[in-house]
Amino acid sequence: MSEKPSEAEILEGLGEIVEEVAGVAPDDVTADKSFVDDLDIDSLSMVEIAVQAEDRFGVKIPDDELANLKTVGDAVNYVAKHV
Amino acid sequence: MSNVDVVVTGLGATTPLGGDVSSTWDALVAGRNGVRTLEMDWLERFDMPSRIGAPLAVEPTDVLPRVQARRLDRCEQIAVIAAREAWADAGFAIPTDDDEPVDPDRLGVSIGTGIGGPLTMLGMDDILERDGLRKVSPLTVPMLMPNGPAAHVGIELRARAGVHTTASACASGAEAIANAYQMIQNGRADIVVAGGAEACIAPITVAGFCQSRTLSTRNDEPDRASRPFDVDRDGFVLGEGAGILVLERADHAAARGARVYARLSGYGITSDAHHITGNHPEGIGQIKAMRNAVALAGLTATDIGHVNAHATSTVVGDIGEAAAIRKAIGDHVVVTAPKASIGHLVGGAGAVESIATLLAIYYGTIPVTRNLENLDPKVGLDVVTGEPRKVDLSAAINNSFGFGGHNVAVLFTAA
Repeated sequence: MSEKPSEAEILEGLGEIVEEVAGVAPDDVTADKSFVDDLDIDSLSMVEIAVQAEDRFGVKIPDDELANLKTVGDAVNYVAKHV
Repeated sequence: MSNVDVVVTGLGATTPLGGDVSSTWDALVAGRNGVRTLEMDWLERFDMPSRIGAPLAVEPTDVLPRVQARRLDRCEQIAVIAAREAWADAGFAIPTDDDEPVDPDRLGVSIGTGIGGPLTMLGMDDILERDGLRKVSPLTVPMLMPNGPAAHVGIELRARAGVHTTASACASGAEAIANAYQMIQNGRADIVVAGGAEACIAPITVAGFCQSRTLSTRNDEPDRASRPFDVDRDGFVLGEGAGILVLERADHAAARGARVYARLSGYGITSDAHHITGNHPEGIGQIKAMRNAVALAGLTATDIGHVNAHATSTVVGDIGEAAAIRKAIGDHVVVTAPKASIGHLVGGAGAVESIATLLAIYYGTIPVTRNLENLDPKVGLDVVTGEPRKVDLSAAINNSFGFGGHNVAVLFTAA
């Protein structure tokens, strides 16, 4: 990616990934939502989402970091910080 | 003999002839063809001697929600589709937290498969080699495991009395039904969702069957390739499909006023202990399986009016089974061989063909054996050709035999 994506762009990209992997409507993927409790995404799907996010944003999300990404907002912040 | 009657209250299927039971049954009765020229590029690349098959008539990904489909192997997809149809056909809604139509602790699942999820195993192996570890799906193991179809059905229907998988090659579906009968007989469950599923049209399975010289190579005439009991048969046609039955304790079904298709009155399971792929030359295991089913049902051979034969269209196998049927049951039975229309569904075969067997009783109609133009004189049985046979049946047997020397006969009687 030539320019760093904005937080809004990261959120939009994550929404598309979450829809592809778990069928959640992109509008429901908002910063305050918990992947597990609100979006009903299991640990297997979280692995897929992380791999797709790595490819899309050019970041690395190690397993011990992934475990800390409880909400969509956590993930947006992580990507924004490491991209 | 136990005094617990087991009845069939729901049916579901997706096959090379149709995406549900009614379309499959109508096509089967009429002897329509489900065998096609396969289009995969690897058939040419590996110069496969057999390039025909019986793929599903309805793509499962056109039926299931997209996200569910991508989490399931094709074999799991068709098991879930057939189970949903059977469950609804039995009069039940899909359970929710607010509405559990049956007691989960009294509901079991028994679904067989010959191989499980080879398409996932092969596909993910390709991805691993090409793209590396990161691209291998975290769902790989639950998609390829052979208990996956039963497990997914059990989760969806909330079955907590036990979820089982039989693997006895082409007898898997029939053996799963027999095991379900046992679960109800011995008091573990009131209802068992039972059957079989297979989706294994893949390079390695086709290559393996080609190398064991078991597939038809009538590539220029796919509609005439699967021809059980015909003198010109030259091997089976690999198909894919699933069949699911809702089996229920008779008093449980009666108490809720359920429609009953037939009774599951007995089964016989034997093993040849002879050869890993070849039939026992005297058919002792096949004969005993049929006789055990008749005895368990409290019947005699003369009561059996119809046998739905395993008859895969192989040169040796069909003759061996015909001799076993004559010996175990007698030459009075009316026989049909549905693989002429649907090909060989491997782990799905015994379940889909059990459905055909009990529907023959229910409707008083035995389906045509397609492509039977010249009956092999060594068969010596009344095999239905031309028009479907209208006949009142009180009892019928479905035979299913598998590589490994597995012999299963399942016996249904009129409700």
